[in-house]
Amino acid sequence: MATKDCDGQCEGCQHTEDRRTVLSWIIGGGIFASMASFLYPVVRFLNPPQITEVAVNEVSGGKTQDLKPNTGKIIKFGNKPALLVRVSDTEWKAFSAVCTHLNCTVQYRDSTSQIWCACHNGTYDLNGRVVSGPPPNPLEEYAVNVRGDDVVISRKA
Amino acid sequence: MLTTTLAWLNDRLGLEGIREVAAHKTVPVHSATRWYYFGGITLFLFGIQVVTGLLLMFYYRPTVAEAFDSVRFIMTRVEFGWLIRSIHSWSANLMIFMAFVHMFSVVFTHAYRSPRELTWGSGIALLGLLLGFGFSGYLLPWNQISYFATKVGADVAGSAPIVGPAIARVLRGGEDVGAATLTRFFALHVMFLPMLTVALIAFHVILVQKNGMSTPPWLSAANVRQMKFFPNFFLREAMVWYIALAVLGALAAIFPWELGEKADPFASAPKGIRPEWYFLAQFYTLKLLPSHVWFMEGELLGILGFGLVAAAWALLPVWGVNKAGEARIRLVSGAGIFLVAYLAVFTYLGYVK
Repeated sequence: MATKDCDGQCEGCQHTEDRRTVLSWIIGGGIFASMASFLYPVVRFLNPPQITEVAVNEVSGGKTQDLKPNTGKIIKFGNKPALLVRVSDTEWKAFSAVCTHLNCTVQYRDSTSQIWCACHNGTYDLNGRVVSGPPPNPLEEYAVNVRGDDVVISRKA
Repeated sequence: MLTTTLAWLNDRLGLEGIREVAAHKTVPVHSATRWYYFGGITLFLFGIQVVTGLLLMFYYRPTVAEAFDSVRFIMTRVEFGWLIRSIHSWSANLMIFMAFVHMFSVVFTHAYRSPRELTWGSGIALLGLLLGFGFSGYLLPWNQISYFATKVGADVAGSAPIVGPAIARVLRGGEDVGAATLTRFFALHVMFLPMLTVALIAFHVILVQKNGMSTPPWLSAANVRQMKFFPNFFLREAMVWYIALAVLGALAAIFPWELGEKADPFASAPKGIRPEWYFLAQFYTLKLLPSHVWFMEGELLGILGFGLVAAAWALLPVWGVNKAGEARIRLVSGAGIFLVAYLAVFTYLGYVK
């Protein structure tokens, strides 16, 4: 606090300048720290909590007579869609229906017997491998078991 | 760098003007100066409501099926969710309390006189909006207490003469409190009331800037010492805001707001149904009135009475001054003391009975 009487010319002034600096740091640091303590809960609040999903390993794919040969349908596998395809009378296939490109849901095309994603024209064959288009990875394949009339889809071990 | 940025902004926004205003604004220093802080505290708490309200909207779901569970999710699963919701609830109550303190400080320092009639009127309207926030926000967690309190509240509004039934129908979105009421109250609480309130606060604060701070009539304005608004008063106000925030944080941490039980429209009303404390005085008054007074229903009489008192109170700048424009100090202070006493006693009775 330099006054007119000692305009930075005597030693006492130097001391008050130092004191002012220290006080400024304490006040500034205090305000900064308290602001940080207000912001921290806000930032944490915005972070969505993990919702524990029940791990689904097996779902029913319905009855065999519900699906004709060379058709497919989307079923719920946990909270993600899965694609069940009846290739022929006895051959069944199932995949994760989530396109590996940008998470669209794929569909079965009976005209080409391929799996097709409408969003960016990606195609997969009936082993889940990419045939054409932008998808970088194959679709995850699930195991299909037919028990009597019931179709059961399960995650491959 | 900072200077050039400021100069650039100043050329475009005219920030110098704000600095000019701030530099010339002063606050009178006298024995009642401390009452000048309460409007600022109310404004600060409103800011807290805006911030915490926006945060709560990230998780809240305004449907009958999900409202209660989403608030429980906020309270139990979201990190610091209990803190944000408790601060929102506590701050709402403190804000309304501070608004009342601010109002009565204006009454007892007779700051409603010319040229501040519109400041007074907009302040009364703002208090009404805050009560609307309280009433609409109370229902949103969709718990037993708030569900039945809202049924009662809507019924009270419905017993007003002529327009009552229409108001109750519009409020409830039907004949009873239900899914439609919840979406309506949500829309009121997060869109309709905030937009009106922000506009009215702007009007109110601009008027305060334009007319300056009022000096009590028993002091001569010319002789009263003045304090610079910036930085002297501003820093004091900032310190008060910090203290308010600390009090809020402590209240929210030590007494987290309860959630209660999920509303069940087919259960009997639980014991102890009562509105928030700021409606308790009216609630208790209505309880005391006999079912029929002369030719009128007791409730109708009560509502008419509240309406008339509120209208008279809003017109305080008209009857509170004499022909020379001077405050009728004894009349207004007397009415103020009577009103404070009535609110205090009846709120207490409503709470304990």
